[in-house]
Amino acid sequence: MVERYVISIDQGTMSTRCILFDHRGRLVSVAQKEHRQHFPKPGWVEHDAIEIWSNLQRVVPRALDNAGVGPDQIAAIGIANQRETTVVWDRRTGVPVGHAIVWQDTRTDALVEKLRREVGDDFFVEHCGLSPTTYFSAPRIRWLFDHVDDLHERAESGEVLFGTMESWLIWNLTGGPAGGLHITDATNASRTMLMNIRTLAWDDELLAYFGVPRPMLPEIRSSVESYGVAHALLPDVRIGAALGDQQAALFGQTCFAPGEAKCTYGTGSFLLLNTGTSLVRSRHGLLTTVGYKVTDQPTVYALEGPIAVTGSLVQWFRDRLGLINSAPEIETLARSVEDNGGCYIVPAFSGLFAPHWRSDARGVIVGLTSYITKGHLARAVLEATGWQTREVVDAMNADAPLALKELKVDGGMTANNLLMQFLADVLDVPVVRPMVSETVSLGAAYAAGLAVGYWPDLEGLRRNWHRAGQWLPTMDPGRREAEYDNWKRAVERSFGWIRSQ
Amino acid sequence: MAGPVQSIERAAAILRLLAGGPGRLGLGEVAASLGLAKGTTHGILRTLQSVDFVEQDEATGKYQLGAALLHLGTSYLDVNELRSRSINWTDALAARSGEAVRLGVPLEGKVLIVHHVFRPDDTFQTLDVGSLLPLHASALGKVLLAYGAAPLEPLVEGEPEAYTRHTIVSSQRLNRALAETRDAGWAAAVQEMIMGEADIAAPIRGQGGLVVGAVGVSGPVERICDSKGHPHTSLVGLTRNAARAISRDLGAARW
Repeated sequence: MVERYVISIDQGTMSTRCILFDHRGRLVSVAQKEHRQHFPKPGWVEHDAIEIWSNLQRVVPRALDNAGVGPDQIAAIGIANQRETTVVWDRRTGVPVGHAIVWQDTRTDALVEKLRREVGDDFFVEHCGLSPTTYFSAPRIRWLFDHVDDLHERAESGEVLFGTMESWLIWNLTGGPAGGLHITDATNASRTMLMNIRTLAWDDELLAYFGVPRPMLPEIRSSVESYGVAHALLPDVRIGAALGDQQAALFGQTCFAPGEAKCTYGTGSFLLLNTGTSLVRSRHGLLTTVGYKVTDQPTVYALEGPIAVTGSLVQWFRDRLGLINSAPEIETLARSVEDNGGCYIVPAFSGLFAPHWRSDARGVIVGLTSYITKGHLARAVLEATGWQTREVVDAMNADAPLALKELKVDGGMTANNLLMQFLADVLDVPVVRPMVSETVSLGAAYAAGLAVGYWPDLEGLRRNWHRAGQWLPTMDPGRREAEYDNWKRAVERSFGWIRSQ
Repeated sequence: MAGPVQSIERAAAILRLLAGGPGRLGLGEVAASLGLAKGTTHGILRTLQSVDFVEQDEATGKYQLGAALLHLGTSYLDVNELRSRSINWTDALAARSGEAVRLGVPLEGKVLIVHHVFRPDDTFQTLDVGSLLPLHASALGKVLLAYGAAPLEPLVEGEPEAYTRHTIVSSQRLNRALAETRDAGWAAAVQEMIMGEADIAAPIRGQGGLVVGAVGVSGPVERICDSKGHPHTSLVGLTRNAARAISRDLGAARW
């Protein structure tokens, strides 16, 4: 029998990756291509959606070639994508209206401030589970209407379409101007601020508020569902899943039961806790989001704690301070000392995200004495990631009915043993690394494979998950509390640095 | 403790002189600059040349710093970077082989475990990272010895410890085992450290092909070896493939 595979597309912030997985969830081949980051003005971040689509057309054949596999051996396509990045394009020509506006882009900050002032957070949290920030898509659509002539009229007539990256790619894969499917999934739609978090439908009040006409919006579908077959690139292969990248990682880590959580450690870090079919409204600074929706089964919700700066603090330490040559060397430097020497770094480079949400905060280094060496600073850099995770976990435990019993981790920083041990120590729960660290891609593959029957059910996927490493807490409770207290005092010192105008 | 070694001080002065000067310097210029006899200077320059720290221009006979010296700082591979670059391949090796995977580097006459992936059966296991294995009684260690990543002399000059009756302790047999490792491109240690345990390992090469570490699978002898006590060919193949993949990532193009 000819072996069949699932192909996973991870359209990320930096690159577009294509990975093939076999039936046991093992990585078979990888191909990736980076795309250009455009920074037209301070705070603006853009991508060229056309470049991303053409990169996809290059990486898919390469991944197949690397594995020596033909399109007929592909059982399904799964898509994971950078969330909230906004593309608007012409339905007739397939040409985007300008560059895609990336999730990191802060051009809408004045607009967002106005929303919060005039309407207040509660209205938005009640409807879509999110407080307004520059993160989400709807303020960007509004911004485009305010800055591109005739765009609103063209949107009303359905001449231009809106989508996040998965919508853009699926539309192109399924024919583009010649009848391409204009769809999104509930996880991606839950990040627009336009979807009602309870009904998973576009919310009339939110649409009216942002002035977004319905004809430009994609149809909201389940995350796991056979949407249709590809025309381009992989003819006749079914597209079986689309998920936002962090939700895909939750799926790839097989966090299918309420109370299971994962944290992905990249430039920033994202902790998601499965809350089951109950929608938990956070009172402690977390976002309520759709975890995933499998075909017509009930929606599974998640609480999310995004942390803005974790891995990027290590990059800053490497590139801006030049104290190390490569990111992994931070562990070597940190191990050159016994502890942090009383030094703490709060990396509020552009404010703090969860659970504080303080845009007036800026980074601080506290506890400096003549005793402090670069080794202590390296410790403080790593510990900042540990303590920021602890703050999010505390918020989760306060919001959710069940306290976290174990944290599943993935992402590049999980290669850092010192950090992983520190995480277990400060969280006081086991920290577990799975055997496949490419959890975003794996999650999209799992979801797509599930949709087409390549894998039978969620339990079958769970059996593919294996523990590759585990760290158990060993820190003395007294020391943990004293250190946490120091960290909290350091965080307080980062607040209010930026004075409102 | 003895005082500074004069010839090394002089060698360092010559290297500083060559590094600081505008271009190449002749023997006479070096000797005069440092107030040394020409004969002494020539002896030191020739020694530095033999270890590639200094190069002599064939046409003019003048000296300059050697390429090896320029790479001295950058050829060092941080063990945490090695783990970071290996992690995808060691995960894949564990998943495919069904066995625990460890990655070792030489440290003061031992093998230091710098990375460990659990056997994928979700039984309770603890991370071995930071533990030390004997060079002569583990496959990881034999690979490091065979490719010169760890020196053999101190080991055979002392008395290698016999952990089991299978441990290779005679220097003659050890040399033969290392030659076989070089020929085959991999090593095994079957019940040589602990009865009932075996491991297989292959070399990880860095830039220029220099062996910087070893990666291997380990476990109960009945899982690693066939009924005759020979390592399973499939495990050897998977281990060597993983070692080659990591080596390619580290820039060892030829492997």
